[in-house]
Amino acid sequence: MSFIVNLAYFAAAILFIIGLKQMASPVTARRGIIWAGWGMVIATVVTFLHPQVIGFVNYLLIIAGIGIGGGLAWYTGKRVPMTDMPQMIALYNGMGGGAAAGIGIVALMGSYSMSWTIQFIAVAGVIIGSVAFSGSLIAFGKLQGLIKKSLRFDMQQKINLGVLGATVLLGIIIAFSGAEVNGTLLFLFVLLALAFGVLMTIPIGGADMPVVISLYNALTGLAVGLKGLVLDNAALMIAGIVVGAAGTLLTQLMAKAMNRPLTNVLFSSFGETPSGDQEEVSGSMKEIEASDAGVMMAFANKVIIVPGYGMAVAQAQHKIWELTQLLQERDVQVKFAIHPVAGRMPGHMNVLLAEAGVPYDVIYDLDEINNEFKTADVAVVIGANDVVNPVARSNPESPIYGMPILNADEAKNVIVIKRGKGAGFSGVENHLFYADNTRMLYGDGQKVAGQLISSIKEMG
Amino acid sequence: MIEGFVALYIFMLAAFTGYEVISKVPVILHTPLMSGSNFIHGIVLVGTMVALGQSETGLQQLVGFVAVILAAGNAVGGYVVTERMLEMFKSSKGAK
Repeated sequence: MSFIVNLAYFAAAILFIIGLKQMASPVTARRGIIWAGWGMVIATVVTFLHPQVIGFVNYLLIIAGIGIGGGLAWYTGKRVPMTDMPQMIALYNGMGGGAAAGIGIVALMGSYSMSWTIQFIAVAGVIIGSVAFSGSLIAFGKLQGLIKKSLRFDMQQKINLGVLGATVLLGIIIAFSGAEVNGTLLFLFVLLALAFGVLMTIPIGGADMPVVISLYNALTGLAVGLKGLVLDNAALMIAGIVVGAAGTLLTQLMAKAMNRPLTNVLFSSFGETPSGDQEEVSGSMKEIEASDAGVMMAFANKVIIVPGYGMAVAQAQHKIWELTQLLQERDVQVKFAIHPVAGRMPGHMNVLLAEAGVPYDVIYDLDEINNEFKTADVAVVIGANDVVNPVARSNPESPIYGMPILNADEAKNVIVIKRGKGAGFSGVENHLFYADNTRMLYGDGQKVAGQLISSIKEMG
Repeated sequence: MIEGFVALYIFMLAAFTGYEVISKVPVILHTPLMSGSNFIHGIVLVGTMVALGQSETGLQQLVGFVAVILAAGNAVGGYVVTERMLEMFKSSKGAK
């Protein structure tokens, strides 16, 4: 029996790695998730034969648990709109972290003795899993709009450090208390670890959430890997650590795209600098009518569209693609410029544009397209703000200074489609909006795109 | 029993594998890939099944049961969401 189980886990590990590899290319990506899916099915089904799974009630509970959890996730996953994907990923990831912590807690409650190294690893896994769990839930709440404010208070970092210290201290005591772990102590320990995840995440602003979610994804992977060691389960070890490493790299890539070291994201807060020490903005915002903007685009040679989170909120991607096709019929060259951290996740914009049917060969990364703004007649900024703010290049005082931006300001004309006059997520004034070649087009992204379409259609 | 250095070797090789697989990914696939890797650590489901399967006390069963629910949510939700996202890449390719 044990041989079949191990063989199945081995097959699952291979399927996961091949699946992940295939997901790294747009051509094979769909096949990748299906392969990985089969890996999961094989591993799960065979686990019912696992020699450590005993007792009729336990079997029933396992089946019921899979039914409840899987059913709810299936239902929500199928129904959630594309724009809400990031928070769903955060939520599912948090569940994984919580599950990993749960394994550790069950193991520590057990009466059988573990070697102190394994017990130590179990404790570490509980801390990491719990932090990923509560932290991901906070990230979910923030992106879902349930938690609106970024809570900051005096001595925050010292308090956080204190909570972490207390968690680790309790963890060490538990790790060395052998088979008889004090229940109250364990409860307190888990509570503290969960509290740390909350405390660590609440001060982080929405703009940094992609990096944070990616970090928690990596942490969950690590926690799962550690649990694999505790349970002596190679499938968990391999899959967990592969994700842990991949997630860490992805997190680094994202932090690098924002030109902020990871420690900065976690320990200093965006928008903390008061607006007082920002230089005065010269000029004024100039409005434009949708019909005029339509004419401007229709008679351009080259238009570059810069989408941001506002496009996602307005669900404007379909209208934007319709607009693009209209322009293409008039022999206007249209390109999309995607900033690495546009939206709430890396590639968030790509997913939305793909949903609308935009082929990925007109979509360009920051490095690929940044030199092309000079030759563009019109740059259309829809729902993006900080990622096109020239202050990041010019003002060392600014909190977003040094972040690579899309040089939309270098285009001959810039049209900014925006819902209101407020500043971006970072709370920094955007000098692009005041530039001489910039025109503001206020309104809901979808509605405005509709107006642009009809104004171009009227031209015939 | 996987112990000591064998475990370390597995950890090291798995870490390099994860790092290599991701390092050549275009930005366009970052979200689906994060979602995909999120699905893969849903393998924790297997772990929770074993943990619940060997639990003896009622309290252990309760924690294990909650863990199974959470893990199943991770695996199923991760799959559904990733599949939906990647579905769209298929259609965008067909439109070309």
